[in-house]
Amino acid sequence: MAKQYETVIGLEVHVELATKTKIFCSCSTEFGGAPNTHTCPVCTGMPGSLPVLNKKVVEYAMAIGLATNCDITRVCKFDRKNYFYPDNPQNYQISQLYLPIARNGYVEIEVGDIKKKVRIHEMHMEEDAGKLIHDEWDDTSLVDYNRSGVPLVEIVSEPDMRSADEVIAYLEKLRMIIQYLGASDCKLQEGSMRADVNLSVREAGTEKFGTRTEMKNLNSFKAIARAIEGERERQIELLEEGKAVVQETRRWDDNKEASYAMRSKEDAQDYRYFPEPDLVPIVISDEWIEQIRSKQPELQTEKLKRYKEEFDIPQYDAKIITGSKHMADIFEAASAICGKPKKVSNWLMVETLRLLKEHNMEAEEIAFSPENLAKLVELTESRVINSSVAKEVFEKIFAENIDPEIYVEEHGLKTVNDEGALEETLKKVIEDNPKAVADYRGGKEKALGALVGQTMKAMKGKADPGLVTQRLRELLALPE
Amino acid sequence: MDITSMTAVELGKKLRERELSVAEAVNAFFEQIDRVEGDVHSFVTLNREGALKRAEEVQKQIDGGTLTGPLAGVPVAVKDNLCTKGMLTTCCSKMLENFKPTFTAEAVCNLEKAGAVILGKTNMDEFAMGSTTETSYYGVTRNPRNLNHVPGGSSGGSCAAVAACESPYALGSDTGGSIRQPSSFCGVVGLKPTYGTVSRYGLIAYGSSLDQIGPIAKDVTDCAAILEVIASYDSKDSTSIDRLKYPEGAGLNRAGYDFMSALVNDVSGMRIGIPKDYFGDGLDTEVKEKILSAVKLMEDRGAIVEEFDLSLVKYAIPAYYVIASAEASSNLSRFDGVKYGYRTEEYEGLHNMYKKTRSEGFGAEVKRRIMLGSFVLSSGYYDAYYLKALKTKALIKEAFDRAFASFDVIIAPAAPTTAPELGKSLSDPLKMYLGDIYTISVNLAGLPGISVPVGEDSKGLPIGMQLIGNCFDEHKIIRAAYTLEQTRKTANLRM
Amino acid sequence: MANKISDETIEYVGILAKLELSGEEKEKAKTDMEKMLDYIDTLNELDTEGVTPMSHVFPVNNVFREDVASQKDGRWDTLANAPKSKDNSFKVPKTIG
Repeated sequence: MAKQYETVIGLEVHVELATKTKIFCSCSTEFGGAPNTHTCPVCTGMPGSLPVLNKKVVEYAMAIGLATNCDITRVCKFDRKNYFYPDNPQNYQISQLYLPIARNGYVEIEVGDIKKKVRIHEMHMEEDAGKLIHDEWDDTSLVDYNRSGVPLVEIVSEPDMRSADEVIAYLEKLRMIIQYLGASDCKLQEGSMRADVNLSVREAGTEKFGTRTEMKNLNSFKAIARAIEGERERQIELLEEGKAVVQETRRWDDNKEASYAMRSKEDAQDYRYFPEPDLVPIVISDEWIEQIRSKQPELQTEKLKRYKEEFDIPQYDAKIITGSKHMADIFEAASAICGKPKKVSNWLMVETLRLLKEHNMEAEEIAFSPENLAKLVELTESRVINSSVAKEVFEKIFAENIDPEIYVEEHGLKTVNDEGALEETLKKVIEDNPKAVADYRGGKEKALGALVGQTMKAMKGKADPGLVTQRLRELLALPE
Repeated sequence: MDITSMTAVELGKKLRERELSVAEAVNAFFEQIDRVEGDVHSFVTLNREGALKRAEEVQKQIDGGTLTGPLAGVPVAVKDNLCTKGMLTTCCSKMLENFKPTFTAEAVCNLEKAGAVILGKTNMDEFAMGSTTETSYYGVTRNPRNLNHVPGGSSGGSCAAVAACESPYALGSDTGGSIRQPSSFCGVVGLKPTYGTVSRYGLIAYGSSLDQIGPIAKDVTDCAAILEVIASYDSKDSTSIDRLKYPEGAGLNRAGYDFMSALVNDVSGMRIGIPKDYFGDGLDTEVKEKILSAVKLMEDRGAIVEEFDLSLVKYAIPAYYVIASAEASSNLSRFDGVKYGYRTEEYEGLHNMYKKTRSEGFGAEVKRRIMLGSFVLSSGYYDAYYLKALKTKALIKEAFDRAFASFDVIIAPAAPTTAPELGKSLSDPLKMYLGDIYTISVNLAGLPGISVPVGEDSKGLPIGMQLIGNCFDEHKIIRAAYTLEQTRKTANLRM
Repeated sequence: MANKISDETIEYVGILAKLELSGEEKEKAKTDMEKMLDYIDTLNELDTEGVTPMSHVFPVNNVFREDVASQKDGRWDTLANAPKSKDNSFKVPKTIG
């Protein structure tokens, strides 16, 4: 019988914090801009420049630490991590090794029906590197320090995960918590959330960990899942062939669906950490922790509980909606405006989810305002437009965040409430379709549908189908 | 009127009283520079045009009454590791031979606000690593008192410029004695303030936890006046300390920035400690004699002098070289040919570019310290070397804390000998490092220290004496140094 | 207990420090480093059991800046001293990947 293997996975997750300025200087963290325009002597490593810590970075890090059940380190310090690379202007990164800001936490994940805890070993603050662009034209690289010094936290988990599904669940959980805190937008594609995967395999039932590798360059959940599968297979294959797994850093190439070792002789991986002499220690008091805790927004679990009491929507829907802070915000705001949470929830659960899937988008990318969704609910409920028109209008709202009231007006999409016109049309339809009329009267309920369809067609869709059905029944019930 | 032999404060007074224009003063110093620079070589960059233009601006402000301080219009020479916007700042290294900073160091900004006119940038040991100014990429500086001897280092250019009357005063930096030792060799007064007193923003770092900027001048009064201007709390330097606001009870006392108020000619009742360990083997007898007779003068003025034990200081040098080299190896890693400074001509790939650039751009002493620093931090050695050095530092600080419970001022030599001859020091680095024995522990413990002239040896070379104070006690060492200076003056007049 | 620095160590430290020493420099570096380390080893005479390592001499902590952006554009300054640049970026030999 073939051997069974267990995969053991730990994650190092980097999250860019949503501060306005960089971690050690007052340059903007805004995305974009021409190369090296969001820079100053500090974040470009000019001789004589010195770092000064952004307080907000510490507060976001504390908030994440508290929300992931970590112990906050009361006296924490920065250290220098020394290595040469052009995206790192000082050739050292200011990071934390000896006294990171938070330790010993956990988050709970759910895969299928199974709940488990993934423990967090530690979380530290550090500065991001600049960007390297490879210039194919003259075979050089160009360095842009706009991202250099953007604040990061690195969250290091224990090797508690056993499958790609658990890894994704853990990442989604972290992302949700951090987004709820407003500490980061956590976009994998844009690199504001990045994960390195530490993976080893061992024979099922054994306790000793196998030799692990670290995989970098994973920028989507799908890439992470593929990389885990690929690396698991590669390691098992090595073991089956009686070869050893080498502890190394590997780079995942998602296009080739393969990883390769990143080793070079010049890359000794000896970082010569020592305490950063240019920054003083951070001492965190009980009061400061309480202050951060008290400002902590309502997280998903609390929201779910409240939704159950406040809104009459199914638990499943509530879970989906609160799964994204952004969607929950839209839900709550739109419901408050129109007073119809159930209808709002329906729009989010059905049409919004469908369109997100269709466009391969994340819930965080929803761009319409709760006001416009609320207006649409009101237009539909007061039967100013009918449901098929509403769907059409919603697509516009989703795509362009249009004001549905103006849109409906401008495009003449209002249901015709002119009773004279409807009565005339109904009369004509009855006259023109004697067979269907006869069938209906003969007991074929289905025939009514055809008549409703004909009427709607003649009214160019602007009639309320409910009203049409009702009137038809009334007219056809009358003696001939 | 002999402009160039005046002290900075004397010159400032003449300028304020319009007996002299700023341009006249500036020109007088450039004339003196032209006369002696060929022999001494204090400067690596001269700011002739800039200085004259600046003199005009400053003159207007003096005339308009907006500049009234003691240093308004007084020219200054600045050590070449302090950034000056648009003006070459090379650290006397090939690595930065073409580097023009985009901002000015905070200490220099403070001087400019007070009306200083920069004459130029002074020679130094490359990246401040050395004790003789012989490791400069731009050639040696000679001691104005005897051209066959070194001026000391690393602020040798600054001290020589003041001694040769090429500049009324200068700024230096002191990581392990780099202000006090060359001041002693050149017969001028140099002060290293308490760590955190002068902002390090714009000082190209050598050993970040040890570096301090300080004044070099002809007398104690000047030093106090200059320190009053350059000392400031700077929010751009996280290790800068606000001496007015720092809370009491945190182990620091509240001494302000009014250093000139300490210029009091009286040491009666002042408790002076003489560490026995500083006056034993290795100290030149002539140096020892002059210092002890200076101590005697202070005792005559009412100071209470007592010997005490400070044996721990012999561990200061090894601890210092571990910490300073480790920090330097990291601080100097930014010089890689990517963002500024030198890049090698030909290379194959990134790492080859780094290695060739750095091997060609740095001199031998800098490379030696980078290698040592990288080694002591490398995997497996951190605890044995770096951590051990930080623990030693803690013990040294404790030893000084104990000493300052009994003494107001500690007196020590500034160097074991007078200035050595040119070319005699570099061959044995360890021996050269041992010369820093009296100055280094002051940097480790963050203390203020001042070197004042106390005479000459039989060859006519100056001898300096160091007065060390507790943290934030600049007032006490200034007062003691000023009293000694005044007492020596009167004694000399009588003779 | 004299320290002995091997060729491999000098080579390794050279990789860390990005310094390439010539044969002669290497020999000098080895003896210099051996001497210095022997001297540094005198620290071992000192009992530091239970001593807290001191990286900062003063008990100053919590020095922060507020999260307020400055309105500046480093476009011109940042590249002012660049040995090689292109498209407002620093130009370096090709990096891997």
